[in-house]
Amino acid sequence: MKYLLMIYSDEHAFEAMSEDERHEVYAAYDELMKDLAAKGHMLGGDELAPTSTATTVQVRGGERMVTDGPFAETKEQLGGYFLIDVDDLDAAIDIAARIPSVHSGSIEVRPIAE
Amino acid sequence: MTTVAEVVDQAYRDDTGRAVATLIRVTRDFDLAEEAWQEACEQALRTWPHRGVPRDPTAWLFTAARNRAIDRLRRERVGREKTAAALQIAELEAMGDDMHEIPDDRLRLLFTCCHPSLALDARVALTLRTVAGLTTREIARAFLVPEPTLGQRLTRAKRKIRDAGIPYAVPSREALPDRLDGVRAVVYLVFNEGYEATEGELIRTDLCAEAVRLARLLDHLIPDEPESRGLLALLLLQHARRAARTDTDGDLVTLEDQDRSRWDHELIDEGLALVDASSAEGPYQLQAAIAACHDRAPRPEDTDWPGIASLYDELEHIRPSPVVALNRAVAVAMADGPDAGLRLLDPLANDLDRYHHFHAARADLLRRAGRGTEAADAYDRALALVGNDAERRYLERRRAALIT
Repeated sequence: MKYLLMIYSDEHAFEAMSEDERHEVYAAYDELMKDLAAKGHMLGGDELAPTSTATTVQVRGGERMVTDGPFAETKEQLGGYFLIDVDDLDAAIDIAARIPSVHSGSIEVRPIAE
Repeated sequence: MTTVAEVVDQAYRDDTGRAVATLIRVTRDFDLAEEAWQEACEQALRTWPHRGVPRDPTAWLFTAARNRAIDRLRRERVGREKTAAALQIAELEAMGDDMHEIPDDRLRLLFTCCHPSLALDARVALTLRTVAGLTTREIARAFLVPEPTLGQRLTRAKRKIRDAGIPYAVPSREALPDRLDGVRAVVYLVFNEGYEATEGELIRTDLCAEAVRLARLLDHLIPDEPESRGLLALLLLQHARRAARTDTDGDLVTLEDQDRSRWDHELIDEGLALVDASSAEGPYQLQAAIAACHDRAPRPEDTDWPGIASLYDELEHIRPSPVVALNRAVAVAMADGPDAGLRLLDPLANDLDRYHHFHAARADLLRRAGRGTEAADAYDRALALVGNDAERRYLERRRAALIT
């Protein structure tokens, strides 16, 4: 089954990190993504630019509304995602638990609708 | 003489979990599995009265359920589903008449029903429905929710199992300790709902008995797991007091006033043997050891209160919670006098202000300390918060006794 792992974390905390600390996080991500790719689980994944770059678009009654910022203001923001292909939810949860940001943020595991 | 209905009833009680678990493993379809088993039992009720009860009723029922499942797969699977169904039919047919002898699939079923990605109330309902074989109506009645609500809860849970890809498997080694704890939490919750119903009647013995059965099953499926054994011991030692916990009016009788000859000594012996055979380290083991201290005492004054206080102390170390601290304070009061207990209660007032047991316990200690007016206030506070009728009447009686 395919799952989208959405990585939510406090982007301000990430921005406040030192260069070295951030480097460590990226290295940990690299290692995990290589391992998943080698096992054939990785379909895709990216880091998103911070929510300060976000734009929200809605069309209501034919009228287009474009506003700055993310759709919802929350403590943790969507900062990246993995798209994976594994046997079942438990396998997806095991991978989510290995994502570096899981220790400070949260990973939402959502199956792709069949 | 046992009637056909009684034989089927017994088989239904004993075999539902195992039959349904195996049918779900093969078909991955909870509804199909439940219905096939249901139909097999109905078929037995129809045919056994004139054909006679088969020599091995369980084997007969398993085979009938297997055949019903095959029929349904043939009839109901269409289009793309046909390929998967053909494989499932082949697997069911390969079992021949020996489905009742294949290894137990109930452990997978328990882990699936208690998966943490299901809501807690759904885990409870699903476990009682599929593993324990209770009907939707029985579960709805036990949890005081309308039957359609409970039915919807079950339907949604089964849909999530399918759509989210919740596996039908025993978890990986890394995940197992947590998941096992999750299964125990569900069993304990079922027991507590029966033991101390949040609303209405005080004890629903049926739910307690189901919880004991589930705890026994878990201990049987993964033997020598200290905390599972601790949970079983705890439930046995508490369930043993059921007959003495209420009087003829259905009113609560506290441990102190219970007629101990009405305790179920067979269950107590079984529970005590489990406690004595293991150490007390995990939370369920510690709680079982505490229950054992009560059940061992022939009279209330024989209770080892210092022992109970120190067990609560250990419990608070590994699972700190205001409720555990409350129980420890009560035990200390029994061991060292009400003032010592009250000193431990005061710092909990903030956390437990909405918890009627806190005010009831405080009222009792104030009464013992001879501070009647303060005790009356505390009883009033407890009465304002209590939801259970029998406990309300108990608190009213205690408050009245205070004034006269």
